[in-house]
Amino acid sequence: MTPDDALTRYATRLGDNALVLGQRMIELVAASPELEEELANANFSLDYFGQSRMFYTFAGEREGEGRDEDDFAFLRPEHEYRNLLLVEQPNGHFGDSTVRAVLFESFYVLLLDALTRCSDEGLAGIAARAIKEVRYHLKHSSQWLVRLGDGTEESHERVQESLDSLWSYTGEMFVADELDDIVRDAFEGPDLEAIARQWRHAVTAIVNASTLTLPDDGWMASGGKQGRHTEQFGYLLADLQNMQRAYPGVAW
Amino acid sequence: MTKQEWPLYEVFIRSKSGLSHRHAGSVHAADDEMALTNARDTYTRRNEGVSIWVVRSDRIIASDPAEASAFFEPAEDKIYRHPTFYDIPDDVENL
Repeated sequence: MTPDDALTRYATRLGDNALVLGQRMIELVAASPELEEELANANFSLDYFGQSRMFYTFAGEREGEGRDEDDFAFLRPEHEYRNLLLVEQPNGHFGDSTVRAVLFESFYVLLLDALTRCSDEGLAGIAARAIKEVRYHLKHSSQWLVRLGDGTEESHERVQESLDSLWSYTGEMFVADELDDIVRDAFEGPDLEAIARQWRHAVTAIVNASTLTLPDDGWMASGGKQGRHTEQFGYLLADLQNMQRAYPGVAW
Repeated sequence: MTKQEWPLYEVFIRSKSGLSHRHAGSVHAADDEMALTNARDTYTRRNEGVSIWVVRSDRIIASDPAEASAFFEPAEDKIYRHPTFYDIPDDVENL
């Protein structure tokens, strides 16, 4: 694989993470516990869709085969999505969604920060725009984790369960594959080993502040980056792609 | 089970540097930090502000409508307190 191909696929993968998490969050519209939280969640979801559009457009232009953002978002089969398994996990209860957000966003800000310094100006520019949004998302989700963890006995127990069950999806974020290696070496991209250390440090601080216990690293799920998804992903995709599949080329 | 409402906070937004904060509305929030983020997410989605103040509604000391006549009416007939006898230069904005 040439470095240029790798960068295109890498950007698509970043788009997939943003699209899939955005889709999970938009499923929560009209289901938030408070009106203000409803607005925040919908805003964040739209932020992620905006990021996925930028990544897909970037990838489509580099690829040069005439694919636009909609082709990437709506017209690929399941195994061509290369998002992390973590972001496709179902919303569960509010604590589950909060933990998923904290675990992913604390990784994503570090990744974007590294990408702002990569040698490709286009990708660095997208990262610089996205990181401002994600820094705020992380602030919001971390504050909620502290409230739930350091809240009542019940909220503490339930959010600890969320943390324990989602923990096995965190390992995949730091396992570098061919794309990660090429982007790191050819474009001065993110070093996942360094990010893993920074992430652990950051997450430990948030978990401690929430009076929760950091789970032990046991078995870790993987496969998202290679296109092997968890069972629920098919349903998410069916929902997401339904309109384009039923009415090909439909536009607003 | 009855649902306990979160406290109400009043939101003030400065729309750009140099202007003062103006009352924008209110939000419910469980604590001060959440009041600030809720205000941000509710009232500055379309780039309305550069600064936000929030304050718990029950911490605002307000004048009593019943006392309005004693409070405000004495100022009504004192037009010499209004700076209306000056010409304002065209170039002065935001006055």
